[in-house]
Amino acid sequence: MIEPGRTMPNTMQEVKFYQTGTFTVGNRLLKENERAVQANMERTNSLNSGHRACQGCGEALGARYAIDAAMRATNNQLIAVNATGCLEVFSTPYPESSWQIPWIHSLFGNAAAVASGVAAALRVTGHTDTRVVAQGGDGGTTDIGFGCLSGMFERNDDVLYICYDNEAYMNTGVQRSSATPPTARTATTMAVGKEPGNVFGTGKNVPLIAMAHFIPYVATASVANLHDLEFKVTKAMSMHGARYIHIHVPCPLGWGSAPADTIKLARLAVETGLFPLFEAEDGEITGRTKIRRKAPVEDYLKLQKRFAHLFGSKPDEARLARIQANADRNIAKFGLLD
Amino acid sequence: MLKQTEGSHAVAEAIALCRPQVICAYPITPQTHIVEGVGEMVKDGTLVNCEFINVESEFAAMSVAIGASAAGARTYTATSSQGLLFMAEAVYNAAGLGLPIVMTIGNRAIGAPINIWNDHSDSMSMRDAGWIQLFAVTNQEALDLHIQAFRLAEELSCPVMVCMDGFILTHAYDRVDIPDQADVDAYLPPFQPRQILDPADPVTIGALVGPEAFTEVRYLGHHKQLRALSLIPKLAAEFATRFGRDSGGLIREYRTEDAETIVVALGSVIGTVQDVVDELRESGERIGAVSICSFRPFPVAVLREALQAAKRVVVLEKCLAVGLGGIVSDGIRKSLSGIQLKGYTVIAGLGGRAITVSSLRQLFQNAIADELEQVTFLDLNAEVVSHELEREAQARRTGPTAEAILRRMGTVASQIG
Amino acid sequence: MFQVRIHGRGGQGVVSGAEMLSVAAFLEGRYAQAFPSFGSERMGAPVMAFCRIDVREIRLREPVMAPDALIIQDPTLLHQVDLFNGLPKSGFILLNSTRSFSELGLEAFIAGFRPERLCTLPATEIALKHVGRPVPNVPLLAAFAAITGQIRQESVIKAIREKFPSAVAEKNVAAAAEAFAFASKRPETAHA
Repeated sequence: MIEPGRTMPNTMQEVKFYQTGTFTVGNRLLKENERAVQANMERTNSLNSGHRACQGCGEALGARYAIDAAMRATNNQLIAVNATGCLEVFSTPYPESSWQIPWIHSLFGNAAAVASGVAAALRVTGHTDTRVVAQGGDGGTTDIGFGCLSGMFERNDDVLYICYDNEAYMNTGVQRSSATPPTARTATTMAVGKEPGNVFGTGKNVPLIAMAHFIPYVATASVANLHDLEFKVTKAMSMHGARYIHIHVPCPLGWGSAPADTIKLARLAVETGLFPLFEAEDGEITGRTKIRRKAPVEDYLKLQKRFAHLFGSKPDEARLARIQANADRNIAKFGLLD
Repeated sequence: MLKQTEGSHAVAEAIALCRPQVICAYPITPQTHIVEGVGEMVKDGTLVNCEFINVESEFAAMSVAIGASAAGARTYTATSSQGLLFMAEAVYNAAGLGLPIVMTIGNRAIGAPINIWNDHSDSMSMRDAGWIQLFAVTNQEALDLHIQAFRLAEELSCPVMVCMDGFILTHAYDRVDIPDQADVDAYLPPFQPRQILDPADPVTIGALVGPEAFTEVRYLGHHKQLRALSLIPKLAAEFATRFGRDSGGLIREYRTEDAETIVVALGSVIGTVQDVVDELRESGERIGAVSICSFRPFPVAVLREALQAAKRVVVLEKCLAVGLGGIVSDGIRKSLSGIQLKGYTVIAGLGGRAITVSSLRQLFQNAIADELEQVTFLDLNAEVVSHELEREAQARRTGPTAEAILRRMGTVASQIG
Repeated sequence: MFQVRIHGRGGQGVVSGAEMLSVAAFLEGRYAQAFPSFGSERMGAPVMAFCRIDVREIRLREPVMAPDALIIQDPTLLHQVDLFNGLPKSGFILLNSTRSFSELGLEAFIAGFRPERLCTLPATEIALKHVGRPVPNVPLLAAFAAITGQIRQESVIKAIREKFPSAVAEKNVAAAAEAFAFASKRPETAHA
């Protein structure tokens, strides 16, 4: 993927934070205009409190971060389209809605298409400053919504599509999706039999597939890295055409992890190399966030009950090694280590 | 302006006159010529202020339409048969959300077996989705109904399907009168949405509704269609005043005043039925016909009035409720609740089989003599059917039914009717 | 009502022929209905198209079962498809061929027909000569006008000009003129 000898620029984000121990983000140390949107008391809070997400939900966090950043970037001229899924369900429990912005839920597999329609209407009615963001989980994006997503990419419709990837169909009770990692336990890949948990497939890397459509902007992001996520959303909203951001969001319920570990897990996914952070424009990688301190995959996996069957009295060395190999391959492919 | 043109093209011109803002569609026979016609008009600049989007599936087409309509644009799409089924989820969604999308259905049979010719099974599959369904008898009516449809949809905030027989109407060259832009503008004002995605006034569209309120939302959708029962004739009357011809409405009666036998049908077959009615009237039979234009909402009251004095009603349907018989018949029976008369269901024209004057003549004569079964399949090839049943009784591995029948019947091309 | 059935193969302009005929009738102030009976669009497959012409609105929607005139664009269909189904002895037959009815083995068949209502003409050759494409529909349409008198030659020409862009239209008009003249040479004798 990256030619040997060719240096790739790091992601162009100006400021990076490194945290040890506490989770305080040191905004006090920055000038006001360098601070995160979330640090601002005047932030739009587009996904307002009172929604019904689980304690520690990574998706709620990701959506709040992303939409608030998009609102700032568009001067609050934003319409959101949401696929069926956890985010849609917990944010709009009748008779309430957490959304402070114009928002439409259509169906499971068509957020990209509905968003394309909204964008077309805005164009034709002369509302050129109003922007559109589409949101879906991994199920609604990589599986059932894949056709509409590709269509939107191919037409270069002016939509930013954000996928919140918690690696399974969580809302319906934790069933496996094409984003579910190998060996993970889900309700449809139980930890029983000769090969417990999800099988080792070929995987479906939607960010790379998005890049294959040569759309203006593709990025991956993590709730562990707020500034990086906000930077990428802001950058995406400075462009027009089809854009895609894939955000990794831990799910305590589905992953069997402690609600307090959500950000830690997200960070470990990045630091092991299992979830590479990178940006691409027009089909070429333009930047990646390097791993500061590489972690072995076990550190990440053992905090999640969905991987519990890999550990215990007889650890599954062979499959752990394969997972480590996947992580190492990502590190090599994306140049994540110096 | 009078023109001799293909039905699809006439409809495309009517759509263009309605000043659509977003059009999206996916190709499927036999509606393709409509969308190609509008697409060309957008591309060459004849139709301005219109976004034409080539989508990747019918499901995408209805989804794009939903987004566009929710964001305040007058939106149109078209499909048939398999395409309508592929967008089924979104079809229900559009009605549930109350979005005034107008869609043309070029009526075509649904497979298996795959068949590209006309029948009404596609529209019928979506009859309870909450869309208004209007059926055109002629290409003139097809084009007129689209103009009425946008007005109807937007006044009620309810999507409308205009159904026209695939090939028989879509691909037929007919004389049509294309209205003037000024007249259409006077009849159809700019779209004023009831709900709109607008940052200046944010709303949540498509919230989850639980048992506490779902029934009420559904009831309101039903109520909307009941209101359409008065709005449809009102808009048709206004259309007649402005454009000078009768198009649309709930039903149309033909020589029913003293009729003992009344034939009921939807769509273009009524033309053939009327010719046979005239013939039989010549020989003294008291026979008439009723065409249903508004199938949803189903015009229970006016049908009752039109049919109640007859001795017998023959419902000629281009669709089949498999395992039951008629679909339209069910609605007719409901209209005639409490009234004693003979009702016959005739399933005809499935998969594009021609409904001929000679078959109808014989059929109506049998009906008049009350020598008809409850459910008749018109022109059924009994020999082919019994041979197939016998084959299946003899062996297990009989192979695909369609292939076996086609082989038995020989080349299709050698037959005309 | 005057009913026409056109037989040919996909790619020979059978459907356009029916459409042009309907336009010609429309231009003369009459009602006309033209429609195809076809399946999957595929070159070479047998196709049919129909045209009805009347002074009043046409309500009938069945295929033309009893044509007043038959136009056969492809003689190779003769012994493959039941072309003459429903045609009465008083009917018109226009057949695209360089050969006569008897040379085509139809001498016995045409025995009871009225000779002035039968016409074979080399429509493909005429089309190739003027238009450069072996699409016989326009010459056949002109010959139809000549022998049936149902539409005037000028209407055929106007219909051609409505359908085709001007350069192509004029070539077709020339082809129509030759075909019209050819068919006007009456009577066609049954045993030519």
